[in-house]
Formats: sequence, C-alpha cells, structure tokens
Amino acid sequence: MSKPRVATTSLAGCFGCHMSLLDIDERILSLIERVDFDRSPIDDIKHISQRCAIGLIEGGCCNEENVRVLYEFRKNCDLLISVGDCATMGGIPALRNNIPLQECIDEAYRTGVTVYNPDDITPQDPEIPLLLNRVYPCHEVVKIDYFLPGCPPSADTLWAALTALLSGQPLELPYELLKYD
Amino acid sequence: MNKSIHLTIDGKPVEAKHGQTIMQAADAAGIYIPRLCSHPDLRPIGSCRVCTVIVDGRPQAACVKPAMDGMVIENDTPELLQHRRNIIDMMFVEGNHFCMFCEKSGNCELQAMAYRFGITAPQYPFQFPEKAVDASHPDIMLDHNRCIMCARCVRASQELDGKNVFQAIGRGFHRKIGVDGEKALADTDMAVGDRSADVCPVGCIIKKRIGFRTAIGRRLYDRQPIGSDIEANATP
Amino acid sequence: MSKSKSVVTEICNRYGNTRVRLMDIVRDVQQELGHVPREAFDLIAKGAHTHRVEVESVISFYAFLSERKKGDVVIRLCDDIIDRYQGGEAVAEALTRALGIGFNETTSDGRVTLEKTPSIGMSDQAPAMMVNDVMVTRLTPELIPGLVAKLRQTNDPQSLVESYGDGNNAHALIRSMVCNNIRESGAVILADYKRERGLRKALTETPADVIADVKASGLRGRGGAGFLTGLKWELTRESPGAEKFVLCNADEGEPGTFKDRVLLTERADLMIEGMTIAGYATGAETGIIYLRGEYAYLRPYLEDVLNRRRAGKLLGNGILGNAEFHFDVRIQMGAGAYICGEETSLISSCEGTRGDPSDRTPFPVAKGYLVSPTAVNNVETYCCAARIMDQGAGWFAAIGTQRSTGTKLLSVCGDCARPGIYEVPFGTTLREVLRRAGAENTAAVQVGGPSGQMVGPAQFDQGISYEELATGGSMMVFSNDRDILEIVEAFMEFFVKESCGYCVPCRVGNVLLKSRIERIRQGDGAPADLAYLKKLGESVKRMSRCGLGQTSPNPILTSLKNFQPVYNALVREDKTGLQKSFHIMRAVEEASVIAGRRSEVFHA
Repeated sequence: MSKPRVATTSLAGCFGCHMSLLDIDERILSLIERVDFDRSPIDDIKHISQRCAIGLIEGGCCNEENVRVLYEFRKNCDLLISVGDCATMGGIPALRNNIPLQECIDEAYRTGVTVYNPDDITPQDPEIPLLLNRVYPCHEVVKIDYFLPGCPPSADTLWAALTALLSGQPLELPYELLKYD
Repeated sequence: MNKSIHLTIDGKPVEAKHGQTIMQAADAAGIYIPRLCSHPDLRPIGSCRVCTVIVDGRPQAACVKPAMDGMVIENDTPELLQHRRNIIDMMFVEGNHFCMFCEKSGNCELQAMAYRFGITAPQYPFQFPEKAVDASHPDIMLDHNRCIMCARCVRASQELDGKNVFQAIGRGFHRKIGVDGEKALADTDMAVGDRSADVCPVGCIIKKRIGFRTAIGRRLYDRQPIGSDIEANATP
Repeated sequence: MSKSKSVVTEICNRYGNTRVRLMDIVRDVQQELGHVPREAFDLIAKGAHTHRVEVESVISFYAFLSERKKGDVVIRLCDDIIDRYQGGEAVAEALTRALGIGFNETTSDGRVTLEKTPSIGMSDQAPAMMVNDVMVTRLTPELIPGLVAKLRQTNDPQSLVESYGDGNNAHALIRSMVCNNIRESGAVILADYKRERGLRKALTETPADVIADVKASGLRGRGGAGFLTGLKWELTRESPGAEKFVLCNADEGEPGTFKDRVLLTERADLMIEGMTIAGYATGAETGIIYLRGEYAYLRPYLEDVLNRRRAGKLLGNGILGNAEFHFDVRIQMGAGAYICGEETSLISSCEGTRGDPSDRTPFPVAKGYLVSPTAVNNVETYCCAARIMDQGAGWFAAIGTQRSTGTKLLSVCGDCARPGIYEVPFGTTLREVLRRAGAENTAAVQVGGPSGQMVGPAQFDQGISYEELATGGSMMVFSNDRDILEIVEAFMEFFVKESCGYCVPCRVGNVLLKSRIERIRQGDGAPADLAYLKKLGESVKRMSRCGLGQTSPNPILTSLKNFQPVYNALVREDKTGLQKSFHIMRAVEEASVIAGRRSEVFHA
C-alpha cells in the first residue's frame, strides 16, 4: 500500500511555519516513513503530482499567485489545513488591510524610508503577480478543513496534528498546544 | 432576611448569601461561569453577555442577576456553550486582534477564553475595521484595535480612581471608548498608577515599557485555562 | 466663539445647570448653532456639572446631534423600505440633482444639508422627508425641483407647506401637511368621548381601586410587549421611593408605525388624562412625555395642551379640586435613536445620558427614572386607561379576546389601496385587515415592524392579538412583486444602524447577519449559509441584553421559517471547495487598474 502524500506551501507567510515543521527534529524520520512529501518548499517539487491526503497551507492570500496555488491545493488534497495565524486570519500581512493599495505599493517601491529608487520606478513586469485588494485568510478563498493557529504553531502542535490526522483520529489539541502566538 | 438562599446550577445545589449575584454564588461554590466584562472590584454591567446562564428558562447575565431562592440555573449546557463560543468569535472578528505581536498575549482574557473553548479559528468573517492607536500618553497606550467594549476602564476610573477618564462614544458597530480630553489620552488626568490602567482584559490599555517581560510558558494562561482558580474551589 | 459661548452659557442656565437636562441642553445648542462644536464641549460640561467626555458621549449617540457643522436647513429623507417602494429612490435622486450634492453633504453656501433617516412615522404618506422639523409628505421626483427652489428662495421650511392636513394638523400650532388617514374608528380610542370623565371618576375612587379597575379590564401594554398595565401601576405604587414617575413612551420608532403620531395630534388630551390617572394611581407627581425627535413639529401644540390643562386645573396642584393630588407633565425631546423606545433606554435618555439600555433587574417599576419607581407606558395605553375609567373595566374586557382585551390601533402601510389607521377589536384576522385596507396580491405582511414577524398567506387567518399575531401597531404590506430578501436586508440594515453597541451579540451579530443576507442575495450563498443565519440569529436573540437585540434577528428567522422557498431558490450546493463569495476578478481589479495590466493568472 502506498503511503499517504503530504503537500505544503507558503503563501503570504514568512516560512516560519515551515521552520516550525522542521523543528520536529528527529521525529521527521518517522514522519518520512509514514508519508511521502509531494509539492513542498522542503523538496522543491513545483506542482502537485498526484492526489494528496493532506495539504498544509502557510500564509494567507495577498496576491493572485497565492490564490492560484491555493486552488491547486484545494483541488488535489483531501484535507486542507490552515497552518499558522497568517493562513488563519491574515496575520502580519493583513495589517495592510486598512491602507489603500496605491499607498502600499508606493511605500514599498518609492516612498518608504529605506527605499533607494532614483528613477522612481514601480516595477510592472507581468511576472509580478497582481496584489489582491486586501489580504484574505485562506478559508475565505477555499474551504479549509482544520486550523492550526500560532505564530508559528509549535513543532509539538504540528506533530500532534499530523499524527492524529494520519491515524484517522479527530484533531483535538490539548490545552498547552493551542496558542495564537 | 438572613435565611440563606438555595439554588441549583446544573443540578448541583448551591448556597448563596443575600446580595450576591449568581456569578458570585457560583464562584464561591467553585463553579466557573465564563465572563469577560465582569471584574471582581467593579460594578457589573452585563455587556459582553458571555456569562449568560439560563435562569428558570430565561437567559440572564450571571454577573448582574441577583441570586434568589429556588432558582434553577443552567450553565454548562451544549446550547449555552455554543452561544458563548459564538460571542467570543464575534469579538475576534469585530476588532483587529493580532495576538502574535500583542504585549498582552498569554495574559489576555479574550485569548484565554478562546483557548478554553478550544477555538482554532472564528467562524465569522474578519471585519478588519479601521481603528486608531492613541500613544499620546507618556506611560500608557490605548490601542482601539483590541478593545472589546467591556467598559472596565470606564468603571475603574469612576469607581476606583475617582476620575472620569473614559466613556463610551458613538453607537452600534462604531461605538468606541472616548477619553475625557481635547484630543487624546495625554490630555486627560490619567496616571499610570490608576486602577483603570490595570483592569483591561485585553491589550487595549497597555503600560509602556513593560511588555513581554514574562517568559512564554510562565504567563497567566500558558498552562492553565482561565477559570481554573475558581474551579479549584469546587467541592466534590 | 464668543457668541456661541454666551449662547451655551444661557442654555445651560435655562435648564438649571443640571446634568439630568443634558439632552435638552445639547439639543438647544444644536438648534441655535447648527451643531455642537467640539470647542463647546468643555463649556457645556462645566455648565451642566459633568465631564467633557460625557457630553461627547451624548452627542455621538443621537442621530440628530452633531459636532460637525450642518446647513441652516437639514433635509432628512426617510429611507425606510416602505418609502423606497413608494418611489423614495427616485425622490432621493431628484434631491441630489436639485441640490447638487450627495447625501451627508452640505451645499457650498452652507445652507442645506442632505441626509437619510430611518422611518419618520409617515409610512402612510410615503415617501416623506423632514426639512428641519417640518414634515413634507407624498413626495414625487417631479415635486422636488419646485420644493428646493422654494426653500432656496425663502430659507424657511414652513414655506414648503402649501395646504394643511385634516383635523388638528391644521391647528395654528401645528400647521402641517400631514394627514391623519384615520380609516376606521373603534369603540375605545378614536370613538367620541366625554373629556375628563375618566379622570373625574378615577378621583372619586382610591388609587388602589383605580389599579383594580385597570387590572380587571385586562389592559396590556400597547407598545408590543403586552405587560399588564394594572400590575405595572401596582408594582410602581408598592415600590418604596419618596418620588414616583409616570413616563409616556411617545418614541414611536418602529418602522411602519404612525398611530401615536395620530393620537398625539387628535387625542393628546385623552393621553394626558390617562397619564394623570396613572399619576393618581401610582402616587407619582411628575409625568414625562418622551417625544421622538421626528415629532418635534407636534411639540408647540402639545405644550399648549399642557398649558391649557394647567389653566383648567387638570394639571398642577390640587387637580380638579382634590387638594391632595398634584401632578404635572413635561416633554422630553428625543434626538433620533430607535433604541430609546426601549423603556430603560428611554429613562436613560430622560436622565440626560446616552440612550444605552440598563439591566432590568431592578425593573423600572422599582428603580427607574432617577432611581425611583417609574411606570412607563405607551401613548395608546394611556388613552385606553382613561377610557376604561370612563366606561368601566367590564365594558373594555368585553371587547377583543379573552387574553387580549379592547381594541388595537393598527398602522397599515405599504402595498394597499387605503393605508392609514385602523382601530380594530383584538382577534380581528389579518386577512380581514388586509381586505379593509384594500391590499391585493399580498405576499407578505411584516406584523409588528422589523422587530416583529414576517408572515405569509398561511398565517393570514390568524388574529391580531398578543397570543397570535402580536404587534405594537406596525403592519407593513408587501405585494407579490416585492423581493422578500431585499426587505429583510433593509430591516437588518436598520438594526445595524440603531444598535446602541452596548452588548456584543447585538453590536456584532447584526452586522454579520446583514452581510450574510447580502451574500445570499448576490447569488454567492450555499445551503450552509442558511444554517449559519439560523444559528447566529438564535445566538443574537438569546444572548442580547435588551429588546432590540432580542428581536433584531426576527426578520431573518421568521422569513426563513415562512418563506423558506425564497431562500432555497437562491442558494446552491457547491462541491468544488472554492468559496463562491470570493471573486478573484474583483479582488485583483484595483491592482489591475494601478498596474495598467490585466491579470495574467486569471483572465476572464
């Protein structure tokens, strides 16, 4: 019997949640025995290759590329999990949600105090994904099955969640493992 | 008049003293009724509604309702737990609660309540309202993004400090805490030693330069759910 | 500032520099200066012996008070769903065109401000607007340019009134174009009656006997809640307190109701007679009429009625020669807040604070106005009480049903040929009411206003009564070409605007409910959204602190129950796992405009 596949991605996040996943330390060896990793920044597979049991989403959606990736995950994963506060509620990127988009772009490219841009150019390459009008938590874009809040969720939280889901148990975190910070 | 009051909470007999609210009687009996706006040193006002219990079939805020003889009270029922959870979710989406960088995290009663209820994410869409931060005061910060309109600061200033620094202004979703000054908190007679600077359940009123002093793991609600202290009084 | 300084000082003096009259003080400042400027907050606080933030708290609560300077004339167009369906949107457009400004804007010459406001009590002659305190009804887009030109020319709102309405609307102190639209009079309230006979009879009895009579009549509160009036008076009488108060709730804010408007116009004496009887029965010497800000046009007339009654020994010391009985009445003006119809909010407002409700333990009968025993009753209830004392409890109890005695005034409006006031015995079926009002092809009736219930033809054979179809008077009729969910959304918008924000479920829950209705109306809803509405609605209903929040989900909950197919037709199950409410093209639109390129990832 083939092993269940796990895919992961980081959208509008900082990769901190992925670092936390690596923080499970030696337990990663037993994880590798139980699952195969599909698309993930950990193995650098660029697209989901086949149906996955679990998709772990770090980060919310701040641009169209995030939405495309999230759609790919939703279509190809049985269970989709929002990992971390950004995926769950937008997180730090969502601080821009009350600032007009033009102002955000200008701050980033032209007027920010650390910006050096003598030609006053705002890059417009078609490769650069368009920003969304605001940052969306993942469950406002696709249906999400479970949430693991935290910034990041601790390695123990991720481990507890993965082992529960892989053994078909309901995901119920003990008190010490449910944290928003 | 001195005859004691007998009531039941979830079928458990509870004795109350005259003048006690349902919440006070429950606390003494080691029964925790979740609450946010209530504070032991302040007049109860029943604004958060988290402590709603069913008294003889009718919903009542336990913090304001006096205990009366013969009351049959429901507290820990699936229906009430769901309603309370919904209210806690509402508070999360009506403000901008960024726990990851909030000084109050770990000691925040709203966050602790959500932990106690096992909430991993609110069911309602985040509103991302535009709210102001008032950092004008040299020693105190007022971050309206985190306010839950419990009015503890309003009451503490009036009842404990003998001042009138805070009052609600506006109405509905735009209701907010106003200050008794020309523009900002610095224009009021608020002092860092005031009790009103201590009672905020969330990270709205924060004293400057003391944030993040307690290590993660040692904060108030890192290991024990909110209400554990009251439940420790329970008789078997 | 020096002029406004002296104005403010004079006004504070006018009200005895007391905190309790803060509402009157800021209302008068608003009237004289066109706003309550921030610079005046400290002065008012000093003059009323309170704190600056308390002044701001009050001003920011009421829709008719503003720290922003408004025009000399403020036009408030009624934005009720009834008005909208009678052509209000075209009127709104005509107003913006004629004035050259949008809503919530002031003309550049500072003369006119244009606003929208919820139901102003003119649903039987909609669309209608207030121009300062002057009511202008039965508007059409064609009338607007002439009205605006006239206003520009005279700067006097009263000049817009070309002919007067019937009855006292033409009285020298009212001079209004408002019409009574009394379609059917019943035996109790709108019947001819002998003035003061009820009061005279009451004074021959002991207060306890008066209360016994009112109890025996079975009279229940006409505002909608239906508490037994005699019992309320008895509790007020028996509650310890050096002073007691009788309050009249004339804050008729429930959209679609206007029967108190007609009573205040045509039965003011009967109402005050009833209040006086209540004063005698409860032991109160002071009465307060809480008059909604929208009915300010009736104030001079009502003040005159009070003065006439004082002169006639019907108010004041030693009423009708009874040396022991003193009772007088003042009018407290509201300032645009629906919540103040809730009795504890009304009391807060009378005490000069924001109209936040208070906890109903203790109840007002024990600790109400100024922490004293207080009986708060509806305008219509006082009218009934006076008639009961006149004609006897048995006479009254014989009308209506066993548990709902007497008659009820209905304000019928919306899609019917004869909108107006109907006084019917309790128990009259809704179908009969609709027939008399000339309603055809009726799809839905909102019984009791937004806080009541939305019923369909299956309920039309139920009777108007506390036990079946309870109503404070509002009956909004909608024919089958109306959009049920548009109506529901409009009602939720009303509650969102009128929630005081004190408690969480009402402050937040109504916002969430409304936006989910919007989602469903846009075609983005799923069956799960109906369960969401039901669960969330139940939480708001069960957990809210006062009557507003406890009833605000009713438009949704009752329409879900009685009009389920309407919802079902709008929601679709979706198996893709993508949220239909998220629209990628809308989400990238702004960035697309800024960047000057289309989305490479998702082009339509």
